[in-house]
Amino acid sequence: MKDKTFNGKALFVATLVSILTIVLVFYGSRELQNFDAALVTYLFGTVFAFFGIVYRYTVWLQRPPTWMYFKRSIKFLFTGKIFAHLWFLGKESVQNILLQKFIYPRSKWRWFAHFCIALGCLSAFAITIPLTFGWIHFTLAPNSISIYEAHFFGFKMMDFQINSFLAFLIFHALNWSSWLVIIGSVYYLRRRLTNPGLIATQTFEGDLLPLILLIAISVTGLCLTYSYQFMKGFAYDFLAVIHAVTVIMFLIWIPFGKFFHIIQRPAQIGAHIYKQEGIKKGMAVCPHTGEEFATKLHIEDLKIVTSQLGFDFTLEDGSSHLDLSPEGKRSRLAQAHLKARSQGGNLFG
Amino acid sequence: MNLTNFNTKEEFFVDMQRCIGCKACEMACAECETNGQQTLISVNYVDRSSTIQTTVQVCMHCEDPVCANVCPADAISQDEFGVVHTASTERCIGCSNCVMACPFGVPKKVEEYDLMMKCTMCYDRTSVGKKPMCATVCPSGALFYGTREQIEEMRPNSTPINNFIFGQEKVKTKVNIMMPKGSTELRIY
Ligand code: HEM
Ligand code: SF4
Ligand code: SF4
Repeated sequence: MKDKTFNGKALFVATLVSILTIVLVFYGSRELQNFDAALVTYLFGTVFAFFGIVYRYTVWLQRPPTWMYFKRSIKFLFTGKIFAHLWFLGKESVQNILLQKFIYPRSKWRWFAHFCIALGCLSAFAITIPLTFGWIHFTLAPNSISIYEAHFFGFKMMDFQINSFLAFLIFHALNWSSWLVIIGSVYYLRRRLTNPGLIATQTFEGDLLPLILLIAISVTGLCLTYSYQFMKGFAYDFLAVIHAVTVIMFLIWIPFGKFFHIIQRPAQIGAHIYKQEGIKKGMAVCPHTGEEFATKLHIEDLKIVTSQLGFDFTLEDGSSHLDLSPEGKRSRLAQAHLKARSQGGNLFG
Repeated sequence: MNLTNFNTKEEFFVDMQRCIGCKACEMACAECETNGQQTLISVNYVDRSSTIQTTVQVCMHCEDPVCANVCPADAISQDEFGVVHTASTERCIGCSNCVMACPFGVPKKVEEYDLMMKCTMCYDRTSVGKKPMCATVCPSGALFYGTREQIEEMRPNSTPINNFIFGQEKVKTKVNIMMPKGSTELRIY
């Protein structure tokens, strides 16, 4: 909540990462030989976005509750049965990051639409980032006019026939991504315009604009292809500019708004690791209800985190209000209320 | 927030002593559009083995909400009216920090969604000048939403308070609790 606006550590880490990115662009494109100069605006946008994302991420990590989870989950991951832990990490990443399966119980359509957006965006990142950095490039195979070679970091990765179905899939990959993003975003836009709970709580810039922007990026992207394939390049330059502007807006916006969750979501796996390890260390029992309700680790860590944040729930007898389960807390409040009412001489008033 | 007609004259007044445990509010809560059919209000026996006393708890909408402070994902926000909103669905990582740290025991973790959900004071309704669902159905007056004048007239022997003492910590809230006339705070310990 209370972030300072200037943060030295974050500035340092973000600068370092940006410089590293530029160095990798230089060497990954074989000293710019394979760099596509037409993409230079995208390159600046991307490096700038990296800076912003890393800065924001570092500021975020420094918040006491975030740091507690980060510190604990990294430590758990690399102590004891490391392979079992890495296996768990892999499994969790597939289920929760790649497939976002926890959205499914919220509603299958919400899951489907989000899966489309995420798959579309992540595949587009996987293609465009290496392309802009000059890490991927295509050449004709030596002594051939029908075989294309794909290179990564200057090393040959694969080759394929120019007229093959594979070539069609590869060269139109970004179009497939665009369609996925459009399907998902239109669903979510419709939901936001019709669901009364969302209508009451959403804002234009925080919730609707991200969806509109995603649709704008995808539609202009698709138009580029259709312009040169079917309309003899009609309005191509104009479309190219609009597309670049929307993409760069998107990139630069990642650290600030809704899109930051793409970077932030792996923390969910941290929370799962934390809970699993906590259970092994034992459960906390509520002094009021006499039942287990959370891990001991969680309750003890929360005492530290709340005190770092300036809250002090220590009671006179040295125990803490945080030792109670949620139900215990509600009951203790009700008992205190009853006591006050009784002392007031009138139970209802 | 976007367009809103939040009536700043009306407030929430809770008197858990009046709760008869009928759970009408639980049913009503699930009708709130911001909850998506989840009931988020809590009604429970205070100490089942020794008394039939029940209590009801809505979110108190703290001025400096502990839930939002302990959230590692910045998922909980407070608006210009002091309403503390439920977790943003794309940010919440379901860690339950807020569930365990809220001094009033309010937030609920919905395990299958891996998401925390809490009372938004029926923002879909209060933002257009209506009363929260639970307060419209409570038959015993444990939950009341209206103006200060109305509650003073209804409960001449009580004073609404919004200061709570939990050991060393003092918590100030937007929602009031009805106390004996002349009280200024509720000391839990
Ligand atoms: C890859 C891992 C990702 C995860 C785990 C994830 C997770 C989530 C979750 C949990 C929600 C809330 C959905 C709901 O409850 O209805 C959400 C919403 C959203 N996500 Fe993602 N996301 C991921 C990637 C992406 C990507 C790559 C994008 C593309 C920009 C994206 C864009 C969005 C948008 C626009 C929403 C808001 C939908 C709305 O209007 O409510 N997400 N995400
Ligand atoms: S009562 Fe609990 S959930 Fe509500 S604002 Fe206060 S700390 Fe947050
Ligand atoms: S459960 Fe969600 S809202 Fe609550 S503290 Fe964890 S991330 Fe934040």
